[in-house]
Parts: sequence; C-alpha cells; structure tokens
Amino acid sequence: MAADHLDNYIDSVATALALPVEEAWRPAVRANLEVSLRLARLVDEFPLPDETEPASVYTA
Amino acid sequence: MTANTDGLSAQQIAQAVTDRKLSALDATEAALARIAKHDSVLNSFTDVTADRARATAKAIDAKIAAGQEIGPLAGVPFAVKNLFDVKGLSTRAGSKINRDLAPSSRDAMLIERMEAAGAVLVGALNMGEYAYDFTGENVHDGPSRNPHDPTRMTGGSSGGSGSAVGGALVPIALGSDTNGSIRVPSSFCGIFGLKPTYGRLSRARSFPFVASFDHLGPFARNVGDLALAYDAMQGPDADDAACTTRPVEPVTPLLAQGIDGLRVAVAGGYFQKYVFPEAVEAVSRVAKALNATTTIEIPEAARARAAAYVITTTEGASLHLDRLRKRPNDFDPAVRDRLIAGAMVPAPLVDRAQKFRRWYRAKVLELFKSVDVIIAPATPCIAPKLGQVNFVLDGVELPVRANIGIHTQPISFIGLPVVAVPVPLEPMPIGVQIIAAPWREDIALRVAHALERMGVAAAPPPRGF
Repeated sequence: MAADHLDNYIDSVATALALPVEEAWRPAVRANLEVSLRLARLVDEFPLPDETEPASVYTA
Repeated sequence: MTANTDGLSAQQIAQAVTDRKLSALDATEAALARIAKHDSVLNSFTDVTADRARATAKAIDAKIAAGQEIGPLAGVPFAVKNLFDVKGLSTRAGSKINRDLAPSSRDAMLIERMEAAGAVLVGALNMGEYAYDFTGENVHDGPSRNPHDPTRMTGGSSGGSGSAVGGALVPIALGSDTNGSIRVPSSFCGIFGLKPTYGRLSRARSFPFVASFDHLGPFARNVGDLALAYDAMQGPDADDAACTTRPVEPVTPLLAQGIDGLRVAVAGGYFQKYVFPEAVEAVSRVAKALNATTTIEIPEAARARAAAYVITTTEGASLHLDRLRKRPNDFDPAVRDRLIAGAMVPAPLVDRAQKFRRWYRAKVLELFKSVDVIIAPATPCIAPKLGQVNFVLDGVELPVRANIGIHTQPISFIGLPVVAVPVPLEPMPIGVQIIAAPWREDIALRVAHALERMGVAAAPPPRGF
C-alpha cells in the first residue's frame, strides 16, 4: 500500500476503533503496520485448501 | 549468621531440608541475602516477598519437626515473572498501567503447585512490558541485567527470570513463553529453560498476552531441577481453557534412561540462516555430541514465523484495545505503537494465519515420524549490549528487538515442547533448542540431561557481579 493510502487507512481504522493515534506516534505505527502487512502477505500468498480449519482452540 | 547455600541446586537444598541438615528458613534467608546483595546490579526482582517467604519456610520447618512429609521441593526458594498472580500483589505484567489493579486474591495455579511440593516463593521478577519483548528491557522498571555481563541484555520477555537464575539468586524461576520468552533469556543468561507443549501447564491466574501461543514454564541451572519443577506443576486445570486433561506424566524418573535409540536431526534451511558464528558453533557442538549427522528441513518456517507475528500482534492488540484507548501514554511507546498497528491488521489475514498454522502443524508432525528430536539455535547471537538497536545478519542490517526470536517463533507457533540448553561458550553462553514432538517433554529433557552429563551443556557460574 502506498504511504499516503496507508496513512488514510490508519486514520480510518483508528476512527472506526476509537483508537488515538497522535501525529508523533504515526511514523512508528505506520512502520509497524508495514511490517505486519508484509508478513501477513507472506502468509496470504500461500495457497491453502478451502477446507482448512483454523488452529484456534475451542472445544465444545 | 545466614547459612551458605550458594551454588546448591534445588535438589540439594530439598534433600538437605528433608534430612534436617538445613532448615527451610535458613535456605530462604540465604536466598533473600543473595537478592539483597546482588540485585542492585541485576535488577531481576520487582517485588521481594520476604515476609511471606519466611512464614512459608517456618511452616515447612514446623511440619518437618512434626514428622510430616513435605515434597520434592522442600524449602527450595523460587521466584516468578511478574505476570503471575501473587496473592497480595497487583499483577503488573511489566506495565505501569496494571499497577492500578487490585491486589490478587489468590496465587497463580503454578505457584500453588510449586508450594504444594514444598517450594518457597521469594518474589516477583522483572519482565518486558506485557511480554511483548525479546530484550528484557523495561522502561518503567529499568532493564534486567545479564549475570555474565551487566552491560548486556538478559533477553526477554522473562528477563528477570533469566537474570535471577543465571545469577544464582534462586535455583528455579518461572516465566512465560509466547514466541520465545523462556528460550531467549535461557540462551542469553546461560541456563536451562523448558517451554512445555502448548496446554501442558496451567496458565490460570497469570496475565495473558496471546491466548493462541501463551505457555508457562520453568528455568533452572541444571536439568534435574528443571524436571523437578516441571513435574510439580503438571496436571489438568479447568481454569485454563487450553490446559490438557492428560494425566501427570513425571519425567524425573526418566532422565537417566539416556538417549540410546533416539533419532536426532539438525534443523536446516531457515534455521541455518540468520545466525552469527556463535550460534553455529553451539549447534555444532550439540549435534556432534548427539551424533546428529542428518539435517532436516522444517517446511515453510519463515512463513510460520510471519504467521506467528501476525497472530501475536493482533491478539495482543485485542487484549489491550481498551487500555490503548484510555491510557496510551502510560504504555512503553514502542509497545503501544506495535499494538496499535496490530489492531489495524485486517481480520481475513489473521484467519489465514490460523489456517496456515493448522497446515504447518501437520507438516511438522510428519517430520516426527522419522526423527525424535530436532536441534536448532535458540537465538541468532549471544546477548547484545543493552540498548543495541540493530545487528547485521547475513549481510543485512536488521532491528535487534524484532529478530532475536526468529528461531524460536516457528516452534512455539505450533506448541512443540522445547528445552533450551546453555552452551558455555566464551565470552558469553548461548542456547540451543532441543525440540520434541507434542507431549514428549520427556525426550527433550532426556537429551538435555545427556548433554549436561557429557559437559556440552552447562550453566556457567555468574561472573558479571
């Protein structure tokens, strides 16, 4: 995501979640989000069968 | 005069207390004296529960005088990472914010089980804020310091646990490991650490971080003590939704079985990249001692680490969302900014990470059909200097903080049991992961015990203070 798009995204999600993001924090938040999205992309591009169950723990 | 128990193992203390050669109170006073003498350097303790410890020790001595059995940890001092509930203390979890919590009304389950076996809690230990840390640094309490060189990191987030045991203030400490927080401080501080199988030990009444990956476990200066603590803490607990219903499977009686017949392989690929020469040397020594001549590829380990990162940052953000809204300025800014970013990762990417985890688990379990043990570095390097920001790995300058755990994350991601064993290199020790199949802590501990007996793994005496 281009930097300005990511800034817009940060503003939108911060508003939606009622999260404060002061201007002084923004570069660090953006840098962290870029890392998270880069690593998430690495997972995202890995093909998995539709039937794959998530691994989260729940026992009825 | 305080009895000198310096250098005694937990097993030796328990034996001496049981044989009435040493009182539990004297063992406790000796630990308190060590803490008073050395913790100004190590900064490993945030709370010393001296009154409670003396009362517990006196009660043990009274029972012994009355001819009652105490347990395998009779009179053994221990301490816990300050995310464990300790009755009467606010569970700070390395934070400023949690100091406003009401004091805990009951101890964490694992403290109760340690004390039921005769151990004596002497305090709570420093840690990285909310466990989102690999360094052992803490902006509120100051960094825990490495017992072999106080200018270096302990590793985190269980930094105080590594420092207190590495510094021989107490023979046993408890910590937590979400992505490496037991194995990293074990490596940097030169001690043994056990991250059991996910779900093996109850997390009840400890402050969480990432429900999918949170584990609790012990640190010790030798494998016998590690096993003793682990055995004392096993058992089902309905108060932890992830805790197994498997029966207690004691490992202490199995340690002497040796390792004949075990198939050991070295993790290749990803685990042989991003390493400094000291990590290569440590793995090589362990591999040679175990006659491990085969290399095994753990598939998609880099992606596993990426998925662990995504799940960690998002579950962590979810946990702290309200605190981020209400008290953002009371966080360590570095933790806050990571958590805020974590709150912004789109949900489908998190779901895919959990699905990938299922896929990866199946692939790695396949490997355990042909091997019993996989060895891998615990950290890419020896303990960095406190405050160090970057290091150069494989020719690339990378941030220290985020990359210390690159070899531990793909393993805890699927909850495999691991013993981190210390290899006493000069000038600083470094750890190696002994990784086994789920629920086979016994195998990892037997291998660690064998390495200890061969002299390949050992906790070096502290020499930094």
